[in-house]
Amino acid sequence: MRLLRKAWDWFDARTDASKVIGPIMRHPAPPRTGWMYVFGSATLVTFLIQVVTGIALATAYISSAGQAYESLQWITHKALLGNLLRGMHYFGASAMVLLLGIHMIRTFLTGSYKFPRELNWVVGVMLLGLTILMGFTGQLLRWDQNGVWSTIVAAEQAGRVPLIGPWLARFLMGGQTVGGATLSRFFAYHVFFIPALIFAMIGLHLALVLRHGISEKPCASRPVDPKTYRSWYEAMLKREGVPFWPDAAWRDVVFGVFAVACVVFLAWHFGPPELTKPPDPTIIQADPRPDWYLLWYFAVLAQLPHGTETYVIVGAPLVFGICLLILPLVFNRGQRALSRRPWAIASLVIIITSIGALWIEGLRSPWSPDFNAKPLTPGVVHAASAEISQGAELFHAKGCQFCHAIAGSGGQRGPDLTTVADRLTDQQITLRILNGGYNMPSFASILKPAELSALVAFLNSRTLAAQAGGTEK
Amino acid sequence: MSELGESSPERRKLLTILSVGLGCVGAALVGLPVVGFLLAPLFERVASKWRGVGTADSFRKGETVEVKFEDASSVSWAGVTDQTAAWLRCEPDGQFVAFAINCTHLGCPVRWLQEADLFMCPCHGGVYYKDGTVAAGPPPRPLTKYPVRVRDGQVEILTMPTPIA
Repeated sequence: MRLLRKAWDWFDARTDASKVIGPIMRHPAPPRTGWMYVFGSATLVTFLIQVVTGIALATAYISSAGQAYESLQWITHKALLGNLLRGMHYFGASAMVLLLGIHMIRTFLTGSYKFPRELNWVVGVMLLGLTILMGFTGQLLRWDQNGVWSTIVAAEQAGRVPLIGPWLARFLMGGQTVGGATLSRFFAYHVFFIPALIFAMIGLHLALVLRHGISEKPCASRPVDPKTYRSWYEAMLKREGVPFWPDAAWRDVVFGVFAVACVVFLAWHFGPPELTKPPDPTIIQADPRPDWYLLWYFAVLAQLPHGTETYVIVGAPLVFGICLLILPLVFNRGQRALSRRPWAIASLVIIITSIGALWIEGLRSPWSPDFNAKPLTPGVVHAASAEISQGAELFHAKGCQFCHAIAGSGGQRGPDLTTVADRLTDQQITLRILNGGYNMPSFASILKPAELSALVAFLNSRTLAAQAGGTEK
Repeated sequence: MSELGESSPERRKLLTILSVGLGCVGAALVGLPVVGFLLAPLFERVASKWRGVGTADSFRKGETVEVKFEDASSVSWAGVTDQTAAWLRCEPDGQFVAFAINCTHLGCPVRWLQEADLFMCPCHGGVYYKDGTVAAGPPPRPLTKYPVRVRDGQVEILTMPTPIA
């Protein structure tokens, strides 16, 4: 122990390490910041989990389009602790996105982005963008069927950008098509480019926290005035400031370790997401969708009125990003207390409910045809004639059931037709089948006259009364 | 400062400009090849290739089937990813039409529903008729077509880039 102490003294005398790090660790922080201020450091902790587990995974992962899938199968199912590590990397990513979101919401709610901490917020928004990029590129590195198709969908979206779109798409794929060049590029982005930017941005973010100090708890009687804030803040720190280490930092440590424990537990208990089919672009049975944190955006893309996609795909992230970036520049003074910022509360509630609602829609994805819909059972069809029973078969064979449900069986893209005859006459049904609609093909050229009349006869028997009769028997 | 050297303010200004300028030159010397290397896929011209997908008489008239072929730019480490699929339709008159499997909405692979004579996309529910025109849903354009030819009894498809809007 004494030897260790001596070694440290020798090292310290030559590096002044304690003189450099000590004041940083003990910089004065406002008193009574409490548990609301732990989410930033926890985000950093989860990022470090990602760095460490990522490096470990990179020792076995092969970033070759032809072999990545197999190397991941090996990591997941053969390698000692591989399953746990992949799980930690997955849940670490999830935790990082989640904690970053909470940290951002907290900063917004306490108005901490106001003077003089505007740039902290701006850098934080950039870190949010980079984190989302990490999530997306990371999902691709699984390089299963979902990964390949996500790349193509991303390239298609990039292709919508005016002027440079096609170039951008080609840049993403590393060529004209997804192939040998694609994965190694995404691997380099995911493990070198983006993390390097994240490290730089985190450095700046932390330097700015030190430069401007941790924001004090908001107080309604003390709006931010850029002229007087700094001198007031310094005086307040002199009067009642506490050393960051350990007075405030202990909470960060407790919560950070809690976050680590959660990630490890989830990884151990649930394991990583199972790889889907191999990355063969010729397997048509694909159903690509993003990981949970982008599922709400998947819902946005499905809900748009036709023809507006290009504007939304390109414009919405741009507008949202710009709004976030200029927020502290526009509202850099005045009230920080939530009780005096009704619009801040309202906009946050709107954003969170929208994302929440879209997210739930994304989970249900009612717009996706249900290709697994099974033909209706005789009990449901309850056919009074041979024509009706033939109509029920056509209802499945002609694809109607992929979008329309009857008695709970079928897709949700179109209206439920369990009791359609109660609201439409057979003429209306016929017209709709022949003409189609906004989201429905016209079946005029697809159905033979006899098929059409069988289908109409079947649908015309879908009434509440018949339904009740059908279930009684 | 004067004891450090005989630099005049003008000389210091010159030295600053020189150093910053030289630094930029050094950065460009390293950076330009790197940027060029990264952007190379944008400038590479990959010649399309005709790929055989089967003999003409192996396709039944009026049917649409999935065919697979190799991309034009194929490297040995691409594994299965250098494969591409297309929907090949043999018209009743014996003519062939090949559609890209990519939905024109966001590129997901559309499925052919034999009984219903429709292509349907699993992602956001785009639907196309058998001739590739949009039947319903969000797709902005008909399915992209590949050039097809029949040569020596072989149906051949001309490779092309993944269709991007």
